[in-house]
Amino acid sequence: MSIMIDQGTRLLVQGITGRDGSFHTRQMIEYGTAVVAGVTPGKGGQTFDAGSHAAPPVPIFDTVADAVEATGANVSVIYVPPLFAADAMMEAAAAGIPLIVCITEGVPVLDMTRVYPFVRDRGARLIGPNCPGLISPGVCKVGIIPGRICAPGPVGLVSRSGTLTYELVDQLTRAGFGQTTCVGIGGDPINGTNFIDCLAAFEADAATTAVVMIGEIGGTDEQEAARYVSLHMSKPVVGFIAGRTAPPGRRMGHAGAIISGATGTAAEKVHAMADAGIPVGDRPVDVITLLRERMSAAGRGAA
Amino acid sequence: MNIHEYQAKDLLRHAGVPVQPGEVAETPTAVEAIASRYGTAVVVKAQVHAGGRGKAGGVKLAKTPAEARAHAERILGMSIKGLVVSRVLVAQAADIASESYVGIIVDRVSKRPVVMVSPAGGIDIEEVAATTPERIRRIAVDPRYGLQSYEALELAFFLYRDVHRARAAARILRQLYTAFIESGASLAEINPLVATPSGDLVAVDAKISIDDNELDRHPELAALRDETAEAPSETDARKANLTFIKLEGNVGCVVNGAGLAMATMDLVKYYGGEPANFLDIGGSSNPEKVVNALRIITSDANVRVILFNIFGGITRTDDVANGIVTAIRQHPLRVPIVIRLTGTNEQEAVRILAGAGLSAVTDMDEAVRAAVALVGAETTA
Repeated sequence: MSIMIDQGTRLLVQGITGRDGSFHTRQMIEYGTAVVAGVTPGKGGQTFDAGSHAAPPVPIFDTVADAVEATGANVSVIYVPPLFAADAMMEAAAAGIPLIVCITEGVPVLDMTRVYPFVRDRGARLIGPNCPGLISPGVCKVGIIPGRICAPGPVGLVSRSGTLTYELVDQLTRAGFGQTTCVGIGGDPINGTNFIDCLAAFEADAATTAVVMIGEIGGTDEQEAARYVSLHMSKPVVGFIAGRTAPPGRRMGHAGAIISGATGTAAEKVHAMADAGIPVGDRPVDVITLLRERMSAAGRGAA
Repeated sequence: MNIHEYQAKDLLRHAGVPVQPGEVAETPTAVEAIASRYGTAVVVKAQVHAGGRGKAGGVKLAKTPAEARAHAERILGMSIKGLVVSRVLVAQAADIASESYVGIIVDRVSKRPVVMVSPAGGIDIEEVAATTPERIRRIAVDPRYGLQSYEALELAFFLYRDVHRARAAARILRQLYTAFIESGASLAEINPLVATPSGDLVAVDAKISIDDNELDRHPELAALRDETAEAPSETDARKANLTFIKLEGNVGCVVNGAGLAMATMDLVKYYGGEPANFLDIGGSSNPEKVVNALRIITSDANVRVILFNIFGGITRTDDVANGIVTAIRQHPLRVPIVIRLTGTNEQEAVRILAGAGLSAVTDMDEAVRAAVALVGAETTA
């Protein structure tokens, strides 16, 4: 029915008492997510007011290990400041959390070169950092994607962006295309989960019948994902690439959104995707048209 | 953040790398004094954040102090790729037997620091990669253990057959790696690494870029920032916590989120316009940020229309509306404004804007088309 998060998600919030952490914890609880624990070192034993009479206060622990032992948390979401985020990701992986979602923006890339193998060696999946998290509409939300723009349905969505994701999700929902899960993998040069990981999960998810993939300039992730789609995916995929007008050598906000030399251009990505049978919209609104065409073609093929 | 050659060389010297002796100066008189003191031929090198300094005439060899002074008189104040030279490095000229390239970057694919070497020194490594890729050797380093001696030596033997030079180069590679990690760099390179006729190795040019996200951890490196080497509008934006990149067009864009900002620029171009900038006001919706954003955009004389594209999630659109109204009250606009906002507190935002005689649309396409049409109308009028 969804990928990575569902009714069985028992969420732990690292940095639950911070400004962003507390605000978004209440939003996630309001959406129906089971937030079972928070971690703030030094505040163990206190509770976090869920901000709603329907939801009980959330117990706070000093360490992730304590929280996991006491509550059986199986997903962690991280809202700690950038220079503490690497440690938070590693602490979650060391405590045996299988899915770690890091929202924090501004994590040094050298920190990520150490976090990535640490997390992988412990068998955990990391999403982010510098990402909006994920949402399985109507079921569960981990991160900051606004719930009201989503609707349940058959489309999977994976994106490197934040607000551009919201723009596309909103247009999908308004056009009648609900979603199984929307995943923001983040805009940093080194992140835990790439397009291919998400595409494979959507291919395996029975409820997903088509996928929207939103990329941007920088790196070669979209090109590799395109090859993967042409070889391994039976479901239709449509795409969008941001940054066609970006000048080379300038970082366009996201740490990973930069054309280096001649690589990582939007044109290169659009070509690779088109070659792999992934139509790419010139405008965000074109993505909806392309999706409608591909889904009705796939529907006829199946019938 | 880029730092200057002389600053990069200081970091390398501190890590133990043999660096060509040199000092920085800001006047021809000081350049002449340094050259006299050295008593050798010197190279006078413009300190700006631009490649191709040599081709632009910003790097000159001087055999005498008087010649060094004459070069400094021409180089100081000259413009290289739009950047005015306010400092030069006066370095003792090295005798060159051969030139190599050694560098380290963070590689996105292997997710590791990658050390690269090439015997084709003195030229841009991207050019070597494009034309003679067989002349580059790379090792992806496991950051948990660092660059091992055997790895460094393997790379060094690709540069020098002679074991003494190879050992010296391996030592330099390990020192470069240490400097790279300790300064939180995203790039560190020595190009060229010169072998002298007597067999010594010396770093003759160096470049280091620091990961902006490391600067809070390294205040001593943050202090190396040279604001005279940045566009004033970009310095202004950085201080206001905005991400801003100036472009050549005339549609000024204010957007929340980097991906949406890029998509907005692309859509401006799609409808026949040219974006004047990339500007991301970020996730928070502090009205102050909007005021600063408008101030920075309207200071660009090229801007003919201002386009807001706000998708409210965490960003509250009423905060953005308040920012717009406040900014316009402080500095009435001399160009038209098109506002697209949708999402959190949208109705309140529309009410606030209406109170100031402004209107907004909810559709991104419609807003971009309107903004581009306004520029076209002005051009033909």
